[in-house]
Amino acid sequence: MNGFFAHMWPMAGSAYASRVDWMVMTFTGVMLLFVIPVVVCLVVFTWRYREGREAVRDSTAIGNHKLEIAWIVIPFIAAMILFGLSARLFFEARTPPVDALEIQLTGKQWMWKFQHASGQRELNALHVPAGRPIKLNMISEDVIHSFYIPVMRVKQDVLPGRYTQMWFQADQPGTYQVYCAEFCGTDHSAMLAKLVVQTPADYTRWLGVADAPGSLAEQGEALYQQMGCSGCHGPSAAVHAPKLEGLYGRPVPLADGSVVNADASYLRDSILLPQKQVAAGYAPIMPTYSNVLDEDAVVRLVAYIQSLGNTEPPR
Amino acid sequence: MNAQTPVPSYLEAGHSLRSWLLTTDHKRIGVLYMLAVTFFFFIGGLAAGVIRVELLTPDGDVLSSDGYNRAFTLHGVIMVWFFLIPSIPSVLGNFLVPLMIGAKDMALPRMNLASWYLLMGGGLFTLFALLAGGVDTGWTFYTPLSTMFSNGHVIAVIVGVFVTGFSSIFTGINIVVTVHTMRAPGMTWFRLPLFIWALYATSVILILATPVLAITLVLIAAEHLFKIGIFDPALGGDPLLFQHLFWFYSHPAVYIMLLPGMGVVNELITAAAHKRVFGYGFIAFSSIAIAILGFMVWGHHMFVAGQSMYASLLFSLLSFLIAIPSAIKVYNWTATLYKSRLAITAHFLYGCTFIALFLLGGCAGLFVALLAADLHVHDTYFVVAHFHYIMVGAAVSAFFGGLHFWWPKITGRMYPETLGKLAAILIFLGFNLTFLPQFILGYDGMPRRYHHYLPEYQVLNVLSTAGAGVLAVAYMMPFCYLLWSWYRGPIAPANPWGAAGLEWKVASPPPEHNFERIPTVDFEAYDYPPEATHGRD
Repeated sequence: MNGFFAHMWPMAGSAYASRVDWMVMTFTGVMLLFVIPVVVCLVVFTWRYREGREAVRDSTAIGNHKLEIAWIVIPFIAAMILFGLSARLFFEARTPPVDALEIQLTGKQWMWKFQHASGQRELNALHVPAGRPIKLNMISEDVIHSFYIPVMRVKQDVLPGRYTQMWFQADQPGTYQVYCAEFCGTDHSAMLAKLVVQTPADYTRWLGVADAPGSLAEQGEALYQQMGCSGCHGPSAAVHAPKLEGLYGRPVPLADGSVVNADASYLRDSILLPQKQVAAGYAPIMPTYSNVLDEDAVVRLVAYIQSLGNTEPPR
Repeated sequence: MNAQTPVPSYLEAGHSLRSWLLTTDHKRIGVLYMLAVTFFFFIGGLAAGVIRVELLTPDGDVLSSDGYNRAFTLHGVIMVWFFLIPSIPSVLGNFLVPLMIGAKDMALPRMNLASWYLLMGGGLFTLFALLAGGVDTGWTFYTPLSTMFSNGHVIAVIVGVFVTGFSSIFTGINIVVTVHTMRAPGMTWFRLPLFIWALYATSVILILATPVLAITLVLIAAEHLFKIGIFDPALGGDPLLFQHLFWFYSHPAVYIMLLPGMGVVNELITAAAHKRVFGYGFIAFSSIAIAILGFMVWGHHMFVAGQSMYASLLFSLLSFLIAIPSAIKVYNWTATLYKSRLAITAHFLYGCTFIALFLLGGCAGLFVALLAADLHVHDTYFVVAHFHYIMVGAAVSAFFGGLHFWWPKITGRMYPETLGKLAAILIFLGFNLTFLPQFILGYDGMPRRYHHYLPEYQVLNVLSTAGAGVLAVAYMMPFCYLLWSWYRGPIAPANPWGAAGLEWKVASPPPEHNFERIPTVDFEAYDYPPEATHGRD
């Protein structure tokens, strides 16, 4: 019995999820306030005024402006209040806390790949600590996917060619189902993952046990050497190429006169689509790496460039 | 004007196949459309049946995953473009617009026939492509899945839908021109039946929105064939651009499917109540408001797609606003029943089915317009249930109600009323049994377009499939008894329901040119004599 009802309503795995449930309940209540009178009137009028039944039929009213205005204005006010409530929750869901633990996600037909900052990689399973906001930085290697955690009441589409973010904070340790919610081809319904929420201590233990060839940035540095990036971007390079130290997060003037912020998206595009945004003062000679690097590798390189962060004071 | 010299009805004006296939009579074209959409309805319904049978068990044991994906794509494409969109405007609209406004035909009769051929050509070609090779993108054709990663006949299906779009545009133009230029003397705008107002609003959407679909489909073909980067990020395009363009058409398209249904319900309710509709002006302008606002809410399909948060806030706000004109209609229909003399006919029951299911589906629509709730239920079965309540529960019930109401006019025959009522009740019950469980499934987290699912969702899926079985029987019933009545039903009088409106003043079925002499209108819409409702019964 208990089991049956558990499948009628999903558990709420976070404080945010509980608040969504409360909002949905409230909203349902308000809806009923508008729906029940209509249904009652429909039934009562149908019964009372059916052909052949005696009833007072002395109305010549073909309209009533006061009544019309009442049933325009009252639902309008109710709708605006509810819109405000939900907008606040939405704003929260779309604004990750600054101290969130960032995890990289790559979607691919038909699997989910994760990379932790400390270098651990996972496939179709995501280990996170309870009680800490988790921010996912997501990108797809092929079509649009959507990362959906029902117990957290959140989902976000995972796009090719562009990073999207989502965040959540799990309350309780446990294993929860994750789905792909955007139709992505043949095995869409097999594109599942498990969210494994652990106590912070267990999570730390798991990080130690899970094999990692160095942190994400260190792996990125190895890739940086291996791909020969330093040949142009290194300190002793003969080629005139932008320096990467201190680049992350800084405004970059472009050849076309505009300025972009050197965030993960900019760095990614510069590696895969180097002709898209050429930095001012440099020749457009960077070759594309889109045929040698996958999105996972790009994420590692970006992590490395990020780690070079502020070793050099901004110009 | 009848009686003296019996004029042959439009059905007797010629019996050869040629007299039907080359007809420019709006009534015959309406009947041709009726045959066409009935055919597509059964094809789409068959696919729905296959889908529901597959979902009886958590494992995918009837079809392969590719087969399942092709089945729901076929279901969506056929039902949306070849059944729902042409159903009421092209079948009932074609048949009734000239009769209701006092005209002898549509303004552009040859274009009218051409639009039927475009629908048939596009439809049969699409159907062939869907069956021969199949398409596994869903009816939404999201890029880059449809352009770079699909191995089905995407281009062929797109060509079919593109061609059919012109059928929609032709019908829209025809209705707008007819309503503007062909109204009988004295038939002012505010004497038009509300069905005409609704169709007029629908036609404006058809004319303005369909070209955007056509452009979008051409862009997909250009990217697919010539590798021009429009939507695919690997080529420098933007996949969200496709979604913006697609929903800029497809959200208004929801109102193309729904507004005519609302128009039909006005006629069903007033005729059953034998009473002038309550708040005529508010209902008329609410149709226009829906048509206008319908163009400004497309982004509510994209709350989780990666569009800007502020855009989402705006689209959510506008989506709440569009609920208001819809609510106005429901309240006015209810008020119309007050102190009426209500005949509980089959078409009245279909009208009530529309109102009840539209209420539920519309409220569910507010949940998905509610930003924080949509983050959870987007792309789950909750959404599937929501739009089926609107597009099937409401729109199809209105179409069936309209068919029943005007059946005596179209065919000159009466159908068995009791069977009609029984079918309406069965449709209501079967529909709710099919789709109520899907609301729960969706909130519980089951994503849509899943070929196989986790075992804990089975109970609700079995209920839903059982409901689909009831619904299939209920939808077959009118098909059988209406067909029977066409040949064996009792002869219908000109006005079997005692309804107001010009279409009821001509014989059933109407003569070839509708009115021997163009009538002069000196009465208001829904001009029921006061004694019909006044005083004690």
